[in-house]
Amino acid sequence: MSPDVMIYNVLCLAVPFSVAILIAALGENFNQRAGVFNLGCDGIMCMGAYLGFMLPYTLKGGVMAPYGNFLGLLGAMAVGAAFGLLFALVTVTFRASQGIAGIGLQMLGWGLSGTLFRHFVGGVTGVEGIQILPIPYLSKIPFLGGVLFNHNPLAYVAFLLVPASWFLLYKTPWGLKVRAVGTHPRAADTMGIHVDRTRYQALALGGAMAGLAGAYLSLCQAKMFSDDLVAGRGFIAVALVYFGRWSPLGILGGALLFSIAQSFQLSMQVWGIKFPYEFAVMLPYVLVIVVLALARKARQLGPTDLGKPYNREMRF
Amino acid sequence: MNKQKVLFGGTVIIAVSLVAAALVALVLLAIGASPLATYKTILTGPLSDLFGVTEVLVRSVPLLLVGLGIAISFRSGILNIGAEGQIQMGVLAATAMALALPGLPKGLLLPLVLLAGALGGAVWGGIAGWLRARLQVNEILSTVMLNYIAAQIHTFLLRGPMLDPNELETGSGTPQSMRLPDASFLDQIIPGTRLHTGLILALVAAVLVWVLLWKTTLGYRMRAAGAGAKAARYAGIPVERYLIVAMLLAGGFAGLAGAVEVTGVHHRAIEGISSGYGFAGIVVALFGGLHPAGIIPSAFFFGILLIGADMTQRSASVPANMVLVLQGVIILAIVSAQSFLRNPYAQERVLRWMARLVPAWLKSKKGAQS
Repeated sequence: MSPDVMIYNVLCLAVPFSVAILIAALGENFNQRAGVFNLGCDGIMCMGAYLGFMLPYTLKGGVMAPYGNFLGLLGAMAVGAAFGLLFALVTVTFRASQGIAGIGLQMLGWGLSGTLFRHFVGGVTGVEGIQILPIPYLSKIPFLGGVLFNHNPLAYVAFLLVPASWFLLYKTPWGLKVRAVGTHPRAADTMGIHVDRTRYQALALGGAMAGLAGAYLSLCQAKMFSDDLVAGRGFIAVALVYFGRWSPLGILGGALLFSIAQSFQLSMQVWGIKFPYEFAVMLPYVLVIVVLALARKARQLGPTDLGKPYNREMRF
Repeated sequence: MNKQKVLFGGTVIIAVSLVAAALVALVLLAIGASPLATYKTILTGPLSDLFGVTEVLVRSVPLLLVGLGIAISFRSGILNIGAEGQIQMGVLAATAMALALPGLPKGLLLPLVLLAGALGGAVWGGIAGWLRARLQVNEILSTVMLNYIAAQIHTFLLRGPMLDPNELETGSGTPQSMRLPDASFLDQIIPGTRLHTGLILALVAAVLVWVLLWKTTLGYRMRAAGAGAKAARYAGIPVERYLIVAMLLAGGFAGLAGAVEVTGVHHRAIEGISSGYGFAGIVVALFGGLHPAGIIPSAFFFGILLIGADMTQRSASVPANMVLVLQGVIILAIVSAQSFLRNPYAQERVLRWMARLVPAWLKSKKGAQS
């Protein structure tokens, strides 16, 4: 196999891998920019994956069947937003410690999706899901067409979300508020910005995006649901936000780096280069630790009040 | 002061239990199970006979050990989510040690095996501690990642290098190690049950942790580092060093829990041996107020929950994942209750809402009647 075909194969495979972590990380970026460290992202993705699968699965054969996939995505975003608001209640209103609360949310989402799935569905069942949509004309471009324009509709949405979330964060009043409450909530409060309300909004938006990311996994990638479908991708998404230095473009770069590493690893097995399967599965997780260790200088660029609950009444 | 603290802790636990029970009841209703019947099965079923009680205690042993380790790390200001992986590394190290030295007498082999398990876990925890102290890597993310990595190493070793040769011969291929030599087993306390001397070991460990944290300089410094890193640094405490020590200890306890599971219950390394103890241990530690005196009853309570959840899966067809939901809700409720009950302003606000809502509700009820 010639090298350019190899590169082509790796890149074509990498794009689908990047979609879920990209959407989730862009959502997590809103949370962190507003000063809330939401580790529950993984659990929210589980719930999104579950509802994204469940709605088309139940509607199959009914009158609503043609809208099943669309309703699945919508339901996933709704449940994600609801979980985001729950996390806001715990961390913003009750001012609980965010790290531990995030683990609680993760367990809740993971356990709840598994419980509901086992009760209502039981075994492995597929859904038709959302099929690949090649973009007319553009997908015919040699090399680039296959890499960029021959994917699932949600993949295009994910890549459009990169400039969209950049615009939202840096070019709209709401984005300014989000960044303000994450950097210096007291100053923002003095200027009349509702700190708690803005954090609630950011968490709802971030949750909805995590839910959508989960639905991508069940509806577009696996076309089924299982307990371990998400497999820690939510945590990878949180790490990507650090790696991307809280900028949508940096997060895109991180997501692509990750998925290229993963698709390279898969391609190596296809090419017959033998190494234990377990080490291949391990690779992305090792990469997260390495990336976090290398990104330590990024700390100063982040929202300075990340992880600190804001207490209006506190004197200092 | 101390009385006040106990009272506060008690209030938190009662409030949390009520809120968690109510929220989980909603989930149970959603899947068509009766909450009251399910709770009754979970809480009373495991304790209905002696065998059930011993099984609960068998589950409590790893929960207690893991919970103690997590309490050390949380008290020292480092959130260790990686107990699950640390248990698995402990299992592997203990198994390797026992299989490498089969001829040794029991008095020598058993301590060595337990020590190997603790070391395996300590190394795995220490990595996260070192990454946090030297490279400022967020310990929650690194421990979560180390969990996934440990799980893959565990699977790799049990399917490859450590696979029981008998499994290859018979071709059944169950991924498990060879049976450990008898000299490495923890003794049974009550013959005919699975209850083993690991229980005594865990209780002794609880006392030791209490002594360590509250009666030694090392423990004082670790708690100081956790309570306020900045103040501790001013007082000349090298906070970073104690973060690593705390993670070594936390990992060590989790690894010991793994070694105890191997030598006390399964007698060989198998897949799924950690069975969620690492995550449950976090809830055990928080529910026990991060204090050994609270963690002992808390470990017993969650032992009941784990056995009870298995029972409901069989009798009431409530999936055992329900335990995860319960644990998640309990964590969220504990951290909320702790900060809510420390915040008089928030309480006042809630009281004000109630003062407005309850009369309005009563009025509407009266209006409906007349």
